[in-house]
Amino acid sequence: MSQLELKSGVTHAEQAHEVHEKPNYLNHDHSVMSWLYTLDHKRIGILYLVSITAMFILGGIMAALVRVELSTPKGDFLTADTYNKSFTAHGVIMLFFFLIPSIPAVMGNFALPLMIGARDVAFPRLNLLSYYLYALGAGIGMVALLYGGVDTGWTFYTPYSSTYSNSYVTVMAVGLFCIGFSSILTGLNFVVTVHRMRCPGLTWFRLPLFIWAIYATSVVQLLGTPVIAITLALLGVERTLGVGIFDPRLGGDPVLFQHMFWFYSHPAVYIMILPSLGLISEVIATFSRKNVFGYKIIALSSVTIAVFGFIVWAHHMFTTGISPYAAMVFSFLTFSVAIPSGIKVFTWLATMYKGAISFETPMIYGIAFIGLFTIGGVTGLYLSTLGMDIHLHDTYFVVAHFHYIMVGGAILGFMAGLHFWWPKITGRMYSDFWGKLGAGIIFIGFNFTFFPQFILGYLGMPRRYHEYPEELQLLNVMSSAGATILAIGYTLPLIYLTHSFFWGEKAGKNPWGATTLDWTATDSPPSPHNFDQIPVVTEEPYHFERKEAGVVSH
Amino acid sequence: MNNEFRFFPEQASTLAPEVDALTLFVVATTVGVTLLVFFLLLLFAVLFRRRSDDHYPKPIHGNVPLEIIWCVIPTVICVVMFVWGVKVYSNIVVAPVDSMDIYVVGRQWMWKIQHPSGQREINALHVPVGRPVKLTITSEDVIHSFFVPAFRVKQDAVPGRYTSMWFQATKPGVYQIYCAEYCGTEHSRMIGKVTVMEEGDFQKWLSEGAENGQALQGRKLFTKLQCITCHSGNAQAKAPNLEGIYRKHIPISHQSGVKTPEGTKIFADDSYLRESILYPNAKVAAGWESIMPTYQGLATEEELLQVIAYIRSLQQGQTPPRLETTPTPASIQEKSSQKGEK
Ligand code: HEC
Ligand SMILES: [Cu+2]
Ligand SMILES: [Cu+2]
Repeated sequence: MSQLELKSGVTHAEQAHEVHEKPNYLNHDHSVMSWLYTLDHKRIGILYLVSITAMFILGGIMAALVRVELSTPKGDFLTADTYNKSFTAHGVIMLFFFLIPSIPAVMGNFALPLMIGARDVAFPRLNLLSYYLYALGAGIGMVALLYGGVDTGWTFYTPYSSTYSNSYVTVMAVGLFCIGFSSILTGLNFVVTVHRMRCPGLTWFRLPLFIWAIYATSVVQLLGTPVIAITLALLGVERTLGVGIFDPRLGGDPVLFQHMFWFYSHPAVYIMILPSLGLISEVIATFSRKNVFGYKIIALSSVTIAVFGFIVWAHHMFTTGISPYAAMVFSFLTFSVAIPSGIKVFTWLATMYKGAISFETPMIYGIAFIGLFTIGGVTGLYLSTLGMDIHLHDTYFVVAHFHYIMVGGAILGFMAGLHFWWPKITGRMYSDFWGKLGAGIIFIGFNFTFFPQFILGYLGMPRRYHEYPEELQLLNVMSSAGATILAIGYTLPLIYLTHSFFWGEKAGKNPWGATTLDWTATDSPPSPHNFDQIPVVTEEPYHFERKEAGVVSH
Repeated sequence: MNNEFRFFPEQASTLAPEVDALTLFVVATTVGVTLLVFFLLLLFAVLFRRRSDDHYPKPIHGNVPLEIIWCVIPTVICVVMFVWGVKVYSNIVVAPVDSMDIYVVGRQWMWKIQHPSGQREINALHVPVGRPVKLTITSEDVIHSFFVPAFRVKQDAVPGRYTSMWFQATKPGVYQIYCAEYCGTEHSRMIGKVTVMEEGDFQKWLSEGAENGQALQGRKLFTKLQCITCHSGNAQAKAPNLEGIYRKHIPISHQSGVKTPEGTKIFADDSYLRESILYPNAKVAAGWESIMPTYQGLATEEELLQVIAYIRSLQQGQTPPRLETTPTPASIQEKSSQKGEK
């Protein structure tokens, strides 16, 4: 693929037990400072990985508290306030501290420069600053939680959040404000990197689809995040100074907050899901050894989804009393974003068609992803259909729907990516058996947890309920039982991946036989500067052909 | 309470079967599509598994007819869902003109309900079967949402404005009311029951214990809050005559402090009356000085509803004389009784 001469000593490193290896980005400097001050995109990716894993565990504990409470109809495990704080913490942590930075900042940082043949991102210092802003924001968020928590729900609806709540809303808003800037800077960095740093020959339509997805995501981060920053700032101003913006008693408009909040937070869904969509295209292609069907359509559909994502926000507000005509327009626009997402599913199937599919862990996650994302997508149609949304809005149906998108979609995509790039990140393989077992347990646990919630929602159980009528207990118990299985599923990767990091088999440069530059032109783990020589690209990605192991054609 | 397992909540309004029919259509199509995807996924996984290590399949670059098919079919399905959804939605939002009015005020954490005849209830709503009922909803504090699953309707209670929702119950019984919008500590206890009664029973219920009509209480407030001193309805009045203004087009001269073009008119609905009382300067009636004080904080949402009910009922020549003595205002009783409840 690229004109790269490789010394055979490197290619066969996996056979040579502990000979003098070329220094890689992990071992060329072991000092703590070399990690904390690193400008290397790969190391920054690892810093994010460690941080978001910690956040994920914390968010998971919060979810566990919620599910334990809901296994009985009475509020007998937590007090109402503690319960409210738990689901708020779960939502805030999982969305802002985990999902939004997960694929873009971890996988994006690690893989983007490798995949486009660059030595680093465009602004390495800015990249480090992004990380520290994230860490600062998450730190402030933790202070808010430790001092007593926030009880507004992750949506911070006014005037509850601005004048009525007695919890640490302002502190949390400051934390999220910092995280917002981190997200903006990362987006900016990636946009410039994709525009300016592609290696020779890598034209736009030769970019791997993951890059297209990250690019579209970065544009959303860049354009959308300032709006949430302003919204949170206004919320803080009303809360601390009593200036009337959202509270009608002060002359404000509570629904204005929802418009501003969702103007960001709907696109934010795409910040979480688009990178997964791109990543799954990589995984499906690689493990099917087939070029991605309809490459250009998929590439452009990422951008289309990103743009359309900005004009559907009021579908969260059909019951607020907005004009019925506005409701119809937003319903219509929402249906139009659904179609490109549906097409993506069909193209993955078409990619597998007449392929040579192998079933290593990343592919198992990929297949599970397609299934769950399909369910998440079609249940979105229930909510875009106006006549149904009035009944379903703010019930468990919505909770189930977005967990299918965000866990079934974004997190499974993240897991697929993590298992896909793990050999590149660490230079070591993990146990495929445990990997598949973990994926299977997660899949089963996930469906057990969230499928019953669709029914609960149609039966009318509102979300954010600490207590509920007795006849809904059976479904809630199923959901809590599923969550237990899910928790086991999530613990497995923590164990076998840690094991692999220290004791795993050496991976070799390209264990999956992938075709993108991150696999064909770098070592596992890559050297501190990624490439010995900047590669040159001469053809489209996903050109799978018979070749000598590890030797690059052209 | 019946404990049988069900997928659909009870259908107890004219809207419920409409919504459920739409749901069944959406369920059928989406389950169909999903099963197709699952089936192909498994089929391909089996058929096209890698046979040997050097099994390299031929690339496929596209297939225009196939791509057209998978764009067109989902689009058609989506259009049908959209149109059908709009149809059901318009039945949900447009209340029949002959609906019976009931007023709902949400507050942390209870639903307070007023009937025009003066009946009041808390976390309970009594309605007759077979008659359309329109709820006008607002909130005293944060956003709540009035939700009756058996009727398939839901409407947010937004502070500072009136929203509305309607339903026509189809069978007598007791149905759950939930607050669907998160509103703080006891959100999940902000629940209640709708009791649907036969017309005769409902009339009996209405007549029991109804002390004063809503408008009558409003009339007392009209004097107590000094509205009468300006809106005296006679030649010396310092303010416009409010007789018969409800649902008329009123000429205004200023809006939010800015002069409006000659001949601008505004439709005097409930929201306009509410705004005129709370923010008199938002829209100034043409030909009058804007001397009216704001009543923000001086009247509760419930009292506002009563005053508005009174203005609605006020006909030509009915403005009371200025010096009417008022009995103990209803509001004071109301306030002390609330303290007891909390
Ligand atoms: C100090 C005198 C004064 C008092 C007291 C007063 N108003 Fe007014 N009100 C006015 C004037 C003057 C206007 C016309 C100018 C404007 O629209 O602001 C007006 C306008 C209105 C309007 C709009 C009428 C229209 O034709 O557009 C309504 C409704 C109204 N008042 C209701 C009330 C009610 C109810 C009260 C008691 C709670 C009240 N007012 C007390 C002076 C007063
Ligand atoms: Cu949305
Ligand atoms: Cu509530």
